[in-house]
Amino acid sequence: MLTILFDGIAYGMLLFVLACGLSVTLGLMNFVNLAHGAFAMAGGYITLVLVNRAGLPFFAGLSIAFIVTALIGALFERTLYVHVYNRSHLDQVLFTIGLVFMSVAAVDYVMGSQQVFIQIPSALQGRFELFGVGIGRYRLLIIIVCGLLALGLQLILSSTRFGSRLRASVDDARVARGLGINVNRVFALTFAFGSGLAGLGGALGAEILGLDPTFPLKYMVYFLIVVTVGGTSSITGPFLASLLIGIADVAGKYYVPKFGAFVIYTIMIVLLILRPQGLFVRAAGR
Amino acid sequence: MPRAGSGSSVASPLVEKVTHYLQTHARWGVLEYVFWLAAVATIFVLPGRHLILTEIAWLGLFALSLDLILGYAGIISLGHAAFFGVGSYVAALLAKHAIVNEPVLALVVSGLAAAVLGFATSFLVLRGSDLARLMVTLGVALIMREIANQIPEITGGADGLQGVIMGPILGMFGFDIFGHVGYVYCLGVLFILFLIARRIVHSPFGLSLRAVKGNSLRSALVGISVNSRLIAVYTLAAFYAGVAGALLAQTTAFASLDVFSFERSADLLLVLIIGGTGYLYGGLIGAVIFKLMQDWIASLTPQYWQFWIGLVLVVIVLIGRERIGLATGFVRGLAGRLFRRMAPGVKPVTVAEGH
Repeated sequence: MLTILFDGIAYGMLLFVLACGLSVTLGLMNFVNLAHGAFAMAGGYITLVLVNRAGLPFFAGLSIAFIVTALIGALFERTLYVHVYNRSHLDQVLFTIGLVFMSVAAVDYVMGSQQVFIQIPSALQGRFELFGVGIGRYRLLIIIVCGLLALGLQLILSSTRFGSRLRASVDDARVARGLGINVNRVFALTFAFGSGLAGLGGALGAEILGLDPTFPLKYMVYFLIVVTVGGTSSITGPFLASLLIGIADVAGKYYVPKFGAFVIYTIMIVLLILRPQGLFVRAAGR
Repeated sequence: MPRAGSGSSVASPLVEKVTHYLQTHARWGVLEYVFWLAAVATIFVLPGRHLILTEIAWLGLFALSLDLILGYAGIISLGHAAFFGVGSYVAALLAKHAIVNEPVLALVVSGLAAAVLGFATSFLVLRGSDLARLMVTLGVALIMREIANQIPEITGGADGLQGVIMGPILGMFGFDIFGHVGYVYCLGVLFILFLIARRIVHSPFGLSLRAVKGNSLRSALVGISVNSRLIAVYTLAAFYAGVAGALLAQTTAFASLDVFSFERSADLLLVLIIGGTGYLYGGLIGAVIFKLMQDWIASLTPQYWQFWIGLVLVVIVLIGRERIGLATGFVRGLAGRLFRRMAPGVKPVTVAEGH
């Protein structure tokens, strides 16, 4: 029981790191980015190549994955995405689906279509018992890393100059522009950072979520659920939503394996009916 | 003369104007005759290509159904495959268990089954933003896929539903191995449903849908009941999608989980975007182009054709759908003006297009 809770939390934390970039882009530019998972996949495969083929240490691979994916994100943002911000949602959906299809086929072409695993250090393998709760070492690592990231993000958002600019831009981009905040630059930075986080999440999660070329399609729904359920105006919303979904998904798959896959979609649809604007949205709407 | 609006018993100038607008636009253009004559001609001219033409026919119908909700009502759906899949499975099951042996009747039943699902889920898409609609439609399609996956004793699970034997159409024409009968059948169904759709979008109901798409708040203020219109058109589109799925199942005598896949919904969007939204022929033309393109790319790189599909999507958006739409719109407008001048007794109208 507690082990399931633990696994669920690890899974949820992972989802949070993967999806929080998406929630910011959606909140900031009202931009529907279905290709967010492609960045996560990129991070996963970069780590794979670095660790398995070049023999780099696991943590070095993770950091490089973060940096490289962030750079890729920045590049795409400046060259491609920037043309689509002011388009209709339909255009954005088409555009990002196109990117997803391209990334899936390209990775398939370069890396092959089979599922791959990143070699994790032996110190992180296996599990141990703590007060009768089986704890996987790797999952513990995920919880620690993601927890620290969430804390860090919250700190950046709440108490740095950049954070307050970002919050101002999310609240009302027009007024923020009027106050002299370069919203586009804030957005570009956030997009790059969010992509980097997704890459890190993809690399960390390869062990749990699996990594193959269809990754962006498989987990697109999960990211979107986190964002729609959590709302886009804070870090805590998506964080709680991720935990909720992670735990519900793991528990659902464990207790009712036959209906495990329904749990998550049912939760999503029910929540969207009850709270179309998100579960933890602030009263002041946009 | 059909009444365009309800209310006053005296025909006001506005009612006359609207009626005139609807009538003018409902008139058949020469290009439309050409299109359908060409479609009929393919039956005799291209007998060797009937299998791919069959695919074009049901894909066209499927795209037509998406056009009804996207092009006319402005609902973005990422899960239209849900209705397609339901129609497909129902048609296959009806034939397999010999419940309804006659394909045309089975087609209607399959469409109705999809329409029921469409009606039930239409209440979900009424609420919320574009994103919420995306999520809900996507979620519905995924749930349907999971259901089909979890009841293998009925649906055959991941292996698909095999052993389907189709009865002869109307008790007379059996499906043949070369797909000749299947193609004529699909084309006939497509044509009939197209006529119905054409009648609907050129009715006051269709006009009110465009108003809702343009601005739902304002249309509510001028007395259009937005929600009931959306529910109606969503249900209708689900029926069309179900029939398209049933056509697939009947012509291939097979149904698999693939009918619910996300790629199918996404490809469908591409089909419609290639052809253009909001004028019924968009889906049909898009289906022709898409299938030919798919056929051509798949012969070059069978495994990676998805990449090129993605590239087409990205390029279309970057160039701008409006610009492509402008080009086709210009051609259409020009052709329309030419042909309308030839048609006797019709004055060119200058009522603003409903945008």
